[in-house]
Amino acid sequence: MATVKEFRNNVRPNWCPGCGDFAVQASMQRALGNLNLEPENVALISGIGCSGRISGYLNVYGFHGVHGRSLPIAQGVKLANRNLTVLASGGDGDGFGIGLGHFMHAVRRNMDITYVVMDNQIYGLTKGQHSPTSAFGFKAKTTPAGNIENAVSPLQIALSAGITYLAQGFSSDVNQLTELIQGGIEHKGFSLINVFSPCVTYNKVNTYEWFKEHTVSLDQFPDYDPTNRAAAIAKVMETDGLCTGLIFKDDKKPVFEDLLQNYPQEAYLNTKLEMDQGLFDELMKEFA
Amino acid sequence: MLQELSWKVGGQQGEGIDSTGKTFATSLNRMGYYIYSYRHFSSRIKGGHTNDKVRVSTTQKHSSADYLDILVAFDQETIDLNAYELRKGGVVIGDAKFNPVLPENTAGDVLLFAIPFTKIAEQNGAAIMKNMVALGATAFVMGLSPDFCTPVLQSLFGRKSQKIVEQNQAAVLAGYEAMKAQNVSFPDFALAPPTPSDHLLMIGNDAVAFGAIAAGVRVMPAYPITPASDVMEYLIKKLPKVGGVVVQTEDEIAALNMTIGASYAGARTLTATSGPGFSLMMEALGLAGMTEQPVVIVDTQRGGPSTGLPTKHEQSDMYQAMFGTHGEIQKIVLTPATAEECFYAAVNAFNYAEIYQCPVIIMTDLALSLASQSVEKFSLDQVKIDRGLLATQEQLAQIGPGQLFKRFERTENGVSPRVFPGQKGGIHHVTGVEHNEIGRPDEGTANHVQMMKKRLNKFEGSELPNSTSYEGDQHPDVLLIGVGSSIGPISEATVRLRKHGVRVGHAHVHVISPFPVASLQSYMDRAKQVIVFESNATGQLYHLMQFFGLKHSEFSSQLKFDGTPFLPKEIEAHVKGSMIAWQR
Repeated sequence: MATVKEFRNNVRPNWCPGCGDFAVQASMQRALGNLNLEPENVALISGIGCSGRISGYLNVYGFHGVHGRSLPIAQGVKLANRNLTVLASGGDGDGFGIGLGHFMHAVRRNMDITYVVMDNQIYGLTKGQHSPTSAFGFKAKTTPAGNIENAVSPLQIALSAGITYLAQGFSSDVNQLTELIQGGIEHKGFSLINVFSPCVTYNKVNTYEWFKEHTVSLDQFPDYDPTNRAAAIAKVMETDGLCTGLIFKDDKKPVFEDLLQNYPQEAYLNTKLEMDQGLFDELMKEFA
Repeated sequence: MLQELSWKVGGQQGEGIDSTGKTFATSLNRMGYYIYSYRHFSSRIKGGHTNDKVRVSTTQKHSSADYLDILVAFDQETIDLNAYELRKGGVVIGDAKFNPVLPENTAGDVLLFAIPFTKIAEQNGAAIMKNMVALGATAFVMGLSPDFCTPVLQSLFGRKSQKIVEQNQAAVLAGYEAMKAQNVSFPDFALAPPTPSDHLLMIGNDAVAFGAIAAGVRVMPAYPITPASDVMEYLIKKLPKVGGVVVQTEDEIAALNMTIGASYAGARTLTATSGPGFSLMMEALGLAGMTEQPVVIVDTQRGGPSTGLPTKHEQSDMYQAMFGTHGEIQKIVLTPATAEECFYAAVNAFNYAEIYQCPVIIMTDLALSLASQSVEKFSLDQVKIDRGLLATQEQLAQIGPGQLFKRFERTENGVSPRVFPGQKGGIHHVTGVEHNEIGRPDEGTANHVQMMKKRLNKFEGSELPNSTSYEGDQHPDVLLIGVGSSIGPISEATVRLRKHGVRVGHAHVHVISPFPVASLQSYMDRAKQVIVFESNATGQLYHLMQFFGLKHSEFSSQLKFDGTPFLPKEIEAHVKGSMIAWQR
């Protein structure tokens, strides 16, 4: 049985001191440890940006791909071996800018993948440009007079596209975040855990203090029903996308893998690839 | 008795032209004749002229005929656009419904028959069977039995209902009788009997897809695009039989990234696309090269640039396949020439991808991917699966806790053992960023140089087996060089020219990366003159040859880029002309 310790490696992240991403890394490690998963059975696929480096900071099979494409790679991994615990990860630019199309379609496809986005409302690695989740009016290197585009609402998009597990966390609350990620991994289907993960170097607006002031924990609402999609959309709109906790969950929707005809339980790696002469002849006959 | 006959059916798209041609071709293929059938179609669904030109021969052909013996027309446009192809004494059979007339320049040279296709079809049940009436009329002209297509009708409609089979048969017979009633005999149109043979009939796309499934492909993420979609459509039907899966992705970018993910996790996987989609894949292609993931990409070239000519033939993706993606990666580019070769190229592609751990591109062209051609039966005995260098259990057992596997170990030949997620002891990191042996980012100067060499030097300048083929005179006055589907027309021109006493050689290129420098140079050294034939506007193969240092004092390029493939007579004429010029 693996513990949290076994998901740690000795690589020092190149994140700035105080970066929110450290909490995401710790929460992921704790979630995997709590679930007693074996490190070799976990694949973490990431995109590009500060957040994308996370695939190298956990002791699991890590794949650091190209900008915005972590979800297609993760889905390929899952298809090849459905027994793996597949995590995908990246930032708001990666996931909701260049990768927004893939995100919508991954939600729609509903493979059993857990997607953790580190949302800091800014581009960090390229040194401070505005991101798709930067608020209207937000000033950054590429919006010196204030952002004149509206922010993407990942939560609303996810709910509208039919997501089956949606949560939002905050780097200041590792306990809640661990629980949300754990819930996402346990959920059979596609899950998004959007995490407010402040960039202490470039985003001087959306700071830890700002989030503490503006986020609304869903734990405050004992009557809140996370299985009601319409209520979830209403709550997200009402809180201007700043609610934290488990927002929505649908356990009934079948996953993509289960809908495939003849799809094996085993990894393709362990199945026979050679074709039988009988099937070969049958296929050839159709061209006669 | 004819050794071969060329037949064409034409009409508006959506009128069943394709199925008419297919029924005709399949029926004659089953009788033992060899078929080459090329479809002309436009980039729209309904309406617009379309035709299917079918060459029937007693020997195998990989090209359309230069001329036409019989033209079946469902509208006047078909006659106006295609009558010029008819040989002297050729026959046009048109639907009486549109009062067919011959263009002035053909009158007197060809015969026209107006047969009430539609009316006869209606009398036999339904107007849509007019194509069956046309097949019956064709059968009479060719001296075939009116039952010639019954077995194919049986396989097409037998499962639906016997009544439909009978109705179609009756329509064929009625067409046969209507032609017979014209009281003209056609002794010049009878085909010599075929040598008994049970060859298959398929398009290159089907052959690639069939080869891939025989090679053990299990995951295919792809996005539809002409002329590649059939690869995906075939696998959607057949992959579930072996537990495999096809995902129609949101775009080509997702398709290749998903392919990379599946390969990383141990599946044999491919994607298929055409030029514009291949362009979208360039970033992921670099990732596959950098991370040494075996992926197979089928690129069915069509007319470019941009969306260009989606339904027309061209061979203009060579530069993209050779040099595409930023930076420098090693890749293999296979360029099969026939449908049969497509099958084995697919099998080899998966082996090469895993042996060399790099992307492999199977590059076809529209004529090869979509033309139906007779193919000798494939042999499963020739399908061997080689998964390349995999980490052994012993190697993995030696990896201590906290230690990472050297997935990118610097070995003699640059190939390092693979492990897959799920394997204990194999944990390592993979990244598109320059990395060290365990996959950690490393921008060090020495590391980058060593890793570049590791990735690029896997072939050491060697040629893959059967990278080129050669036929004709060993010391030719003229050497003809081509790639892809032009093997048919070049080969025929070679045979004809040699019959006329010209010393001709034909070298064909079946792999462009690694570029077969040595074998091509050896053919060129023996020739007095070299001409490269290719279907593009700038001479990509010609320039690639020079890029790789191939030299000859009489070296020229002949291009065709009007959207149609070369015909044998065009190559023959060019060679004759160039010989005169050269001898002067």
